[in-house]
Amino acid sequence: MSAKPMVSVTHARKVFDVSQPWLERVLSGQDKQMLVAVDDVSFTIKKGETFALVGESGSGKSTVARMVTGLLPASSGTFSIDDVPLDPEHGYPLALRRRLQMIFQDPYASLDPRWRVGQIIAEPMKAFGLARNEDEERARVSQLLKLVGLDPADAVKFPHQFSGGQRQRIAIARALASDADVIVCDEPTSALDVSVQAQILNLMKDLQRDLGLTLLFISHNLAVVRYMADVIGVMYLGRLVEVARVETLFAQPRHPYTRMLLDAVPDLAMSGRSRQPVQGEVPNPISPPSGCTFHPRCPLANTRCQTEIPLMVDGVACHAVQENRKA
Amino acid sequence: MTTLSAKSPVLELRNLVVEFVTRHGTLRALDGISFSIAPGEVLGVVGESGAGKSLTGAAVIGLLEPPGRIASGEVLLAGQRIDHLPIEELRHIRGKRIGTIFQDPLTSLDPLYRVGEQLIETIRTHLSVSEQEARARAIALLAEVGIPAPEKRIDGYPHEFSGGMRQRVVIALALAAEPELIIADEPTTALDVSVQAQIIAVLKKLCRERGTAVMLITHDMGVIAETADRVAVMYAGRVIEIGPVRDVVKSPKHPYAKGLMGSIPALDERPERLLQIEGAMPRLNAIPQGCAFHPRCPHVMPRCHEARPVLAPVGAGQVACFLHEVGQ
Ligand SMILES: Nc1ncnc2c1ncn2[C@@H]1O[C@H](COP(=O)(O)OP(=O)(O)OP(=O)(O)O)[C@@H](O)[C@H]1O
Ligand SMILES: Nc1ncnc2c1ncn2[C@@H]1O[C@H](COP(=O)(O)OP(=O)(O)O)[C@@H](O)[C@H]1O
Ligand code: SF4
Ligand code: SF4
Ligand SMILES: [Mg+2]
Ligand SMILES: [Mg+2]
Repeated sequence: MSAKPMVSVTHARKVFDVSQPWLERVLSGQDKQMLVAVDDVSFTIKKGETFALVGESGSGKSTVARMVTGLLPASSGTFSIDDVPLDPEHGYPLALRRRLQMIFQDPYASLDPRWRVGQIIAEPMKAFGLARNEDEERARVSQLLKLVGLDPADAVKFPHQFSGGQRQRIAIARALASDADVIVCDEPTSALDVSVQAQILNLMKDLQRDLGLTLLFISHNLAVVRYMADVIGVMYLGRLVEVARVETLFAQPRHPYTRMLLDAVPDLAMSGRSRQPVQGEVPNPISPPSGCTFHPRCPLANTRCQTEIPLMVDGVACHAVQENRKA
Repeated sequence: MTTLSAKSPVLELRNLVVEFVTRHGTLRALDGISFSIAPGEVLGVVGESGAGKSLTGAAVIGLLEPPGRIASGEVLLAGQRIDHLPIEELRHIRGKRIGTIFQDPLTSLDPLYRVGEQLIETIRTHLSVSEQEARARAIALLAEVGIPAPEKRIDGYPHEFSGGMRQRVVIALALAAEPELIIADEPTTALDVSVQAQIIAVLKKLCRERGTAVMLITHDMGVIAETADRVAVMYAGRVIEIGPVRDVVKSPKHPYAKGLMGSIPALDERPERLLQIEGAMPRLNAIPQGCAFHPRCPHVMPRCHEARPVLAPVGAGQVACFLHEVGQ
């Protein structure tokens, strides 16, 4: 067990001001409205492992990802990559920025349509001064294209000439161009068909093994996460509610929300397993429930749950689990 | 299941061909679709983006966008052809005999009108009941689809409902005129998984109770496994396999259907690698000769390049592949 984590996040919090414009607010006598998108999120990722964040829409997964990469300033909390801290003012030092890249959900929006694929992939090399001359740059682009299963001749084409899956391969090649070893992937296959998703997930696993990549992998799809992750963090309304190694989480989910989520997934195996019907919907994050925000939907909720926010202890943030309460 | 197929079908497609006439020539988007749906039956229609699922639904309800048109084939509703009816008549059928549910609930709901007004109008257009009766029916429907306090919510506007609640309202609206058939195109795709499970359960329960036939279009095999009685798998504008849900999901026969099922990550196990079909579905202007799947098929034979396999009976279903051409 290596001691030092590759990625470390401590007490991350992000509050968005979602108030009406000042004048309208004053005229209508409204208070400022704050939305706590992420609250008290802490986790670490070991070198070469995949940490997955799962949760439903609006649970704060992308906000965590954007804070970790330094794209979005956190309201509070600390972040570090390979022991190099993120400076709230200046971001990560240049040498580290090279090592940290991001892949997004929408392969159509994330590639500049006016640039040729070769230019797109070479851009991080240019930004970090990694190629000594154009020949070297071209050779490296060819190598990267082959690495992600494309043809070196594709370098002269434009993004619109590629399918969604091929574009995601291009995005992966670009992420690897600066020799990044930490990749943050936000729903990288959610816009893709399942057969294309399989190609991309297999590719990402191969690259991770061959290059020793550390991944922060975000998805709302539990089956995808089961395939990709070493460790999983389940988010609900901005908080981590459970963190566990993948085998443990699926074999013995402990948090009531994790169990509900697993029960909600359609049973493709058609095993006829018995399931609890899902209750209710995710509440409005502007006025979340008091105490444990899951309490209005939780079969185990009691009065303590309505007032006291459960803290993360031993991988679960739930009073019932901590009190060993079954019903 | 046998009792179902004994009844005459609610919907039957016979060799349906849909084409787009463009500057670059005629594109054939649906190439000979045939299937039927029995009363009370849920037929799942699956396939990847661009396979032709939505177009099949649109062709049935006469909502093909020009230049798309039915080039040949027939659509029969309860035994009567509806593919060549005048627009007005089709519109009436669409409201009364065929209900629709789309991915985005706001396609079906008018943001300017209260939910109740829309339900009552639909009910009164198609059923001869009084305003009061219609309102009572609307409240009952909202209760059935799981809207809490329906007698209050009925006067709310669509924007006051969450995404999941809106989709429940759309289901109520689709059922309001007591249709024989519901066409649901990706009804849960935009919803979170916990909400999706609830919506699917409501849709399934209500259609079962009423004997409404459902054409459930989705790319989500899990939803199909939970909901459908039979499944049609589409590829490049054709149905390549159709059969009872358990057969198609657990032991698909067509090489594409096999690849598709194997490429889906599962919840109950973690394979070393996901099964991978190389390549991608062809574009409409480049659909291969013979079997449209042949450039990607691991079992391709010489004849697959020239001859096109047709759906032929295999077990309880039908498969369009030369590997499964047993007998004659
Ligand atoms: N207006 C149009 N002009 C030309 N081609 C069209 C048009 N509408 C649809 N098509 C083509 O018809 C084929 C089938 O489209 P359809 O929308 O039915 O696919 P789908 O299976 O529903 O896909 P998705 O899951 O992405 O909605 C696709 O190749 C599509 O590009
Ligand atoms: N720029 C922003 N301004 C206001 N609210 C935001 C902003 N970005 C995200 N949020 C809110 O923060 C919460 C978490 O968002 P996000 O991290 O994008 O969720 P996820 O990626 O899990 O869908 C949501 O309620 C979202 O509406
Ligand atoms: S803390 Fe209480 S309400 Fe929250 S998940 Fe645990 S038992 Fe349920
Ligand atoms: S007909 Fe031939 S190419 Fe097509 S799926 Fe069957 S074996 Fe493969
Ligand atoms: Mg997101
Ligand atoms: Mg569609």
